Amino acid sequence: MSSHSITAASGRAKWAAGILVVLYALVTLIPLAWILLTGFKSPSDAIAYPPKVIFEPTLEGYVNLFTQRTRQTDDFLAANPPQAWYDEIVRQYDMVIVGPSKFGERFLNSVIIGFGSTFLSIFLGTLAAYAFSRFKIPLADDLLFFILSTRMMPPIAVAIPIFLMYRQLGLSDTHLGMILLYTAVNISLAVWLLKGFIDEIPREYEEAALIDGYTRFQAFYKVVLPQAATGIASTAIFCLIFAWNEYAFAVLLTSATAQTAPPFIPTIIGVGGLDWPAVAAGATLFLLPVMIFTILLRKHLLRGITFGAVRK
Amino acid sequence: MSNGTIDRVALATPQRVARRIRGLSDRAIAWIFVAPTICLLLAINIFPLIWTIQLSFTDFKANRIGREIKDVGLRNYERILTDTDIWLNMQATAHFLFWTIALQVLIGFTLAWLIHRNFKGNAFWTTMIVLPMMLSPAVVGNFWKFLYQPQIGLFNYIVAFFTGADPSSFEMLGEVDLAPWSIVIVDTWMWTPFVMLICLAGLRSIPDYIYEAAEIDRASKFRQFWTITVPMVLPFLMLAVLFRGIENFKMFDLVVQLTGGGPGSTTELTSINLKREAFEKWRTGYASAYAIILFVAVFGLASIYVKALNKVKQR
Repeated sequence: MSSHSITAASGRAKWAAGILVVLYALVTLIPLAWILLTGFKSPSDAIAYPPKVIFEPTLEGYVNLFTQRTRQTDDFLAANPPQAWYDEIVRQYDMVIVGPSKFGERFLNSVIIGFGSTFLSIFLGTLAAYAFSRFKIPLADDLLFFILSTRMMPPIAVAIPIFLMYRQLGLSDTHLGMILLYTAVNISLAVWLLKGFIDEIPREYEEAALIDGYTRFQAFYKVVLPQAATGIASTAIFCLIFAWNEYAFAVLLTSATAQTAPPFIPTIIGVGGLDWPAVAAGATLFLLPVMIFTILLRKHLLRGITFGAVRK
Repeated sequence: MSNGTIDRVALATPQRVARRIRGLSDRAIAWIFVAPTICLLLAINIFPLIWTIQLSFTDFKANRIGREIKDVGLRNYERILTDTDIWLNMQATAHFLFWTIALQVLIGFTLAWLIHRNFKGNAFWTTMIVLPMMLSPAVVGNFWKFLYQPQIGLFNYIVAFFTGADPSSFEMLGEVDLAPWSIVIVDTWMWTPFVMLICLAGLRSIPDYIYEAAEIDRASKFRQFWTITVPMVLPFLMLAVLFRGIENFKMFDLVVQLTGGGPGSTTELTSINLKREAFEKWRTGYASAYAIILFVAVFGLASIYVKALNKVKQR
């Protein structure tokens, strides 16, 4: 059992380790690859046995995802020739596109609520983090722990009174309500992470600026903010991913106007329960941005997921 | 706000005096900066919590607004703690918690240990392994339902391929003894990378000279592993377990999309059960008491655990 890098793991041990890890990675990526592939299958290919890895790709899933369709009589179909490529795709089932589906709207809601709450969390979080990092605040440790502990509550437990409160204030199923809610959930992460990043900026920079006649506030936004830019950006991506992925509050507190994509995607499956390509298409479009962001974030990943408890 | 001269004087004076000179303005800024965050948390976290506590002593039903609310004292708590069905949900949650954590620790640590050999391309593959963890549990859980379909599902096909069983002979989501494992598998698939990343940070924090000293003392590799690697990684591993424990105790989105709590109530974790009581049966008062019990349980267990963690760290 050769164990460690300094006594330079032998070439063979490295190879073996590499092969095992790559093997695990490939197995773990199968479900994700399957989502991607299923999105380009026809419904019959999607449920074929044995499962098809090689198939004729079609955009049917994506067309079904974005449209609403109805079945039509032969006479109607003959009288109305297909207009575009997507019309032709649905024609093979004697169907006609009658309008856009709600997916675009739900996706847009996810974007609005995600970016709105991220902006607000970062704005408030940066201010609070700076104060916690630089000033002596009475009971600072208790306050910080209080901010963190709000994350320990099961979302459903918080959802009961929020549901009642939002109903009274007219905030249920509104973008503003969801933005405020996600900000409240994200702010603990934002404060903890940003405090860590700001702690790492030497105080001397600001002190020099103060001596040069800057006010505290000027020193904050002209000296500290630019220095913390990378940290702020990665914190923002974490907040965005959380708001993007959130399901429990979304399913309980939104239904029509402000519903985000996660509660919506499972409903795409349709009445027959067979339209897996459309579900996969929706999932692909929804998951892809997060994958890209994850790759961008990889250096700060550990810090983000552990609330800054572990830094590399 | 302070100007340059005052600051210069302040910097030249001892800390305590300095704070008195600039103190007011700095303290004002500090409060202006912290107040919005605290207000938001009070409004959307603490106020609801207090309201939940208050509701938990009543028989309030959120779908019947005009109805008179009766104060029922501790009866809600009494009913929950003596309800055998709820203990079954607790058991389902315990099964889920135990096995997900055990598997994730085992696989996560092994992976981290392998990656720490620093083979070529390890950074790339680490990122690939991490991907599932960052995705929406509800969307991914929903798609796993497709993978678990008997006959047509990829999971059944692969299992059948390796075991020779008939792929339509078992239903991961439909059978009472398989369903609890189906959620363990998906959660492990999703969250093993989390434990792996933290273990990897632990392994990387061990300074090389400790191993060099052990080498000089001719400690065997096996002994080095158990007396250096394991104890040094343990605090990190415990932290990972804490995070996973809290998250999985709250588990809702992934499981509700995968099994919806079924078949029967075999995978009805406490969060799902709570959602049923609160938003399907609309027993708001009762559900509030339930929520408080869960919150106290998580908070209590987490505090005890953190104490243990600090002890391990100090060693």
